[in-house]
Amino acid sequence: MTAPIANRTKAQFTGFQAPRWAEPVVMEMGCPGRRGVVFDDAPAPDLPKGAIRKTAPALPELTEHDALRHYLHLSQMTLGMMGVSLFGTCTMKYNPRIGERAALEHLADLHPLQHPDTLQGVLELYDNFSDFLCEVSGMDQFVFQAGGGADAAYTHACVTRAYHASRGELEQRDQIITTIQTHPCSPATANTAGFEVITLSLEEGGYPSVEQLKSVIGPRTAALMVNNPDDMGIYNPDIKEWVRLVHEAGGLCFYDHANFNGVMTRLRARELGFDACMYMLHKTFGAPKGGGGPAVGAYGCAEHLVPFLPSPLVVKDGDRYTLDDDRPQSIGRVREFWGNAPQVLKAYAWARAMGAEGLRTAADISVLANNYMDKRLSEVKGVSRSNPDVTAPRMEMTRHSVEQVTKDTGCTIVDISNRMTDFGIDALWLSHEPWLVAEPFTPEAGELWSREDIDYWIDVMEHVIHEAYETPEVVKTAPHNAPIHQIKGADMADPAQWATTWRAYTRKHAKRLAAE
Amino acid sequence: MTKAHPWMANSVPSIQQEMLSALGLNSVDSLFSQIPEDHLYAKPFNLPPQLASEVALSRHLDDLMRKNVTCKDSLSFLGAGAWPHYVPAICDEVANRYEWQTSVFGSPTSDHGRNQAWFEFCSQIGTLVEMDFVGLPVYSWGCAIGHSVRMASRMTGRRKVLVTEVMDPERLSVLRNYCEPREMARHIEIVEVAIGADGCIDQNDLKSKLDDSVAALYFETPSYHGVIEGAPGTLCDLARTAGAEVIVGVDPLSLGLLEAPGAYGATIAVGPTQPMGVHMNAGGGVGGFIASPDEERYASEYNTLNISIGETIKEGEYGFGLTLFHQSSYGSREEGKDWTGNSVYLWALANAAYMAAMGPEGFAEIGRLIMARSRHAAKAIDGLAGCSVDLSRPFFKEFVVTFEGEKVADVNDALRKRGIFGGKDISGEPGADGQCMLVCVTEAHTEGDIARLVSALKEVLA
Repeated sequence: MTAPIANRTKAQFTGFQAPRWAEPVVMEMGCPGRRGVVFDDAPAPDLPKGAIRKTAPALPELTEHDALRHYLHLSQMTLGMMGVSLFGTCTMKYNPRIGERAALEHLADLHPLQHPDTLQGVLELYDNFSDFLCEVSGMDQFVFQAGGGADAAYTHACVTRAYHASRGELEQRDQIITTIQTHPCSPATANTAGFEVITLSLEEGGYPSVEQLKSVIGPRTAALMVNNPDDMGIYNPDIKEWVRLVHEAGGLCFYDHANFNGVMTRLRARELGFDACMYMLHKTFGAPKGGGGPAVGAYGCAEHLVPFLPSPLVVKDGDRYTLDDDRPQSIGRVREFWGNAPQVLKAYAWARAMGAEGLRTAADISVLANNYMDKRLSEVKGVSRSNPDVTAPRMEMTRHSVEQVTKDTGCTIVDISNRMTDFGIDALWLSHEPWLVAEPFTPEAGELWSREDIDYWIDVMEHVIHEAYETPEVVKTAPHNAPIHQIKGADMADPAQWATTWRAYTRKHAKRLAAE
Repeated sequence: MTKAHPWMANSVPSIQQEMLSALGLNSVDSLFSQIPEDHLYAKPFNLPPQLASEVALSRHLDDLMRKNVTCKDSLSFLGAGAWPHYVPAICDEVANRYEWQTSVFGSPTSDHGRNQAWFEFCSQIGTLVEMDFVGLPVYSWGCAIGHSVRMASRMTGRRKVLVTEVMDPERLSVLRNYCEPREMARHIEIVEVAIGADGCIDQNDLKSKLDDSVAALYFETPSYHGVIEGAPGTLCDLARTAGAEVIVGVDPLSLGLLEAPGAYGATIAVGPTQPMGVHMNAGGGVGGFIASPDEERYASEYNTLNISIGETIKEGEYGFGLTLFHQSSYGSREEGKDWTGNSVYLWALANAAYMAAMGPEGFAEIGRLIMARSRHAAKAIDGLAGCSVDLSRPFFKEFVVTFEGEKVADVNDALRKRGIFGGKDISGEPGADGQCMLVCVTEAHTEGDIARLVSALKEVLA
């Protein structure tokens, strides 16, 4: 990775070494009496006896510099986007720094319960961005309360309950239909919301047939929750008919637009008939992922579901914006307040910088880059594409398999992914459960990464697979250039040994610690 | 598009042409052949013009956002779920590190640093609440309550939760969604326990409602109104005797002074993470934690992702990786525990840096300061004609001001004209007798700030 980009593509695979700081667990650092933050003195308060803390928390005692340096060392030992990350299903994008700066400068010190007159900027932002997403999707209203894509799926499950309850049909409509290739958040949130989940299996062409769908819909159908295209890059061409059939049975249709990147500006959820859809702003719309949030699942719906949306809703009253919390049919809150406003601002900034023409270009580039990868990967020994019967070009990502490599060499996709990190390639996205494709991996180039980056990524994979055939032990014992060596894992799965806190660790491993 | 876009490397036309050539194509259109013709949207999009120039975009964002009045422009006493605590500068630096701000989820080896930092978040929460098992954070405090109530329901096989009649309506609304409507087969009933005149749980009412149908008792100390529960251990004993789990909500910044829930018999502890190094962000700073004993019956019910310390293949070296992944929805879809998704993991890193810098003495010191400042404010306000504060209640950070004649909405309008955001208007809520305001005073408020509020209130009430 230290080589100039032009040389990287010539398979110059030496030179990368991840930062490696011998950084103890923070609980072991510092010494009694040291301080990282101090406050003015105040007298000890008069507290009820039963409420007084007896033992001070066993937190570390560090200087401010030590605390900062420790976490900066840890940040340096995080490869992520510093290398090349084609982490599929997550649409790795550049997170523009302008959004970060603007959010910190303008939103950090806003309180959600301020009088709306003092929130006109952020409420206008919400209204403008709702309009933007409505135009892109055909929906009538978007809300940003959900703290991630899964939370938006949960929002839909809650809206589904309220919709059917308002018609006196909730008791009867207790089933939600999804497909095995739909993200786990749809069945999981449907189940949490109290529905029975029906999962359709794949058939010829890589998606369930209309007949299979017909066999499960009926008076108990509350909703359909699906994504399209799926993570194989396969588009279900019957989706309009699916929506028609579910509507005919009285159910609602929710489009998990997780894989929106390849179809931006080419299709709209509402025109396909869907009642509601969801975009992940931390994914498709350029806001950062934060290693797992704060995120936003922007949930949009058509007019007939608006009364049920979470509250409060931003409404425009003349040239003034207010927050409407007096909505009797609303599901209330799925999370406190009205959403991760900084992420909404960053996504809005991204969307404005792209415009309609930028969205189209990004979609085109994403699909082009994926097909370019498909072509090159098809020439790599031992790599095969999922659903070989589907010969049409895939959308913005494709699931592949190294099953043949594993059969030939014993090196699994996890081994190969670990070894690829030795060359500055972020760990691969493999597949959601269940693994229908053996030894899977799912790269997604998106519009950010250059052809040179993509070529380098494939060069590395080719090189590592070559190693698997020639020197499999090097691959199986990888990584070698990472901050630490392979973890054993068995102890982390053993209740007698696992420890999610330092307290648990010192209790369970007291003997060993004493010996050290 | 005439120029290459700064965020799209392959928007250079010649590169696209080369990639197309590699595929033997002239245009991208045929790559979309999977989509039937009648699915395509053919109309032009009515979107605002592209702002690819950063200077133009920056100006636009500034112009839009300047229409806000922030809690720095104005003096604010709003709390109730998002609190104006000081955010040490190192927390912003840590949370804004490009490496972990931009990426998603790598391997335990290539993303070793982040995994360790997550473990340290959990470890430090663990010592604050004195519990051994802590999951990665969830979306919010309200969501932490929701998930832990469902945990308790699954553990006990019971479908009722007792909460206090005085509860933050935001959190209660979140909990209601988690408990499902009555029409659903797995509905969990929410039953309210009365609050006495002292602001604490009415123990007789609690006893009358505890029986073998109760999955959990949920209470908070300090409460929504800031009241410190005097006998949390007694409440826990009562509930546990009835075979219920005891979920206690705590403000982590109180835990330098107030007893850890794990020490007085709580079986699950939850609370907010925003106070520890995260800005209010218009409510977008919220996050929640869940902690419990490290026993399988608890551990096996977590919906969170969980990070364990463990050995690497090199003697004496440690790493951090997922444990109990199979029970999450990522591992088991609808068979998993509730659901798991993106949460507030970046904030957990700011929280970790905050707790590490604070140390035990920092928590004690900030607790004393918050109590002294809020008590000082309450006394001064109570001394004004036209309003009062019940000073007999021990409280932390927040307290209720009751107005005799004026409406809180009018008081707040008048304060706003004087550059002050008064406390949350809680008139009409349970436990609010008449016109009431929930005032929040933290370490970020100076004595001068308090004097300004008191003098403005005096003017308004005159």
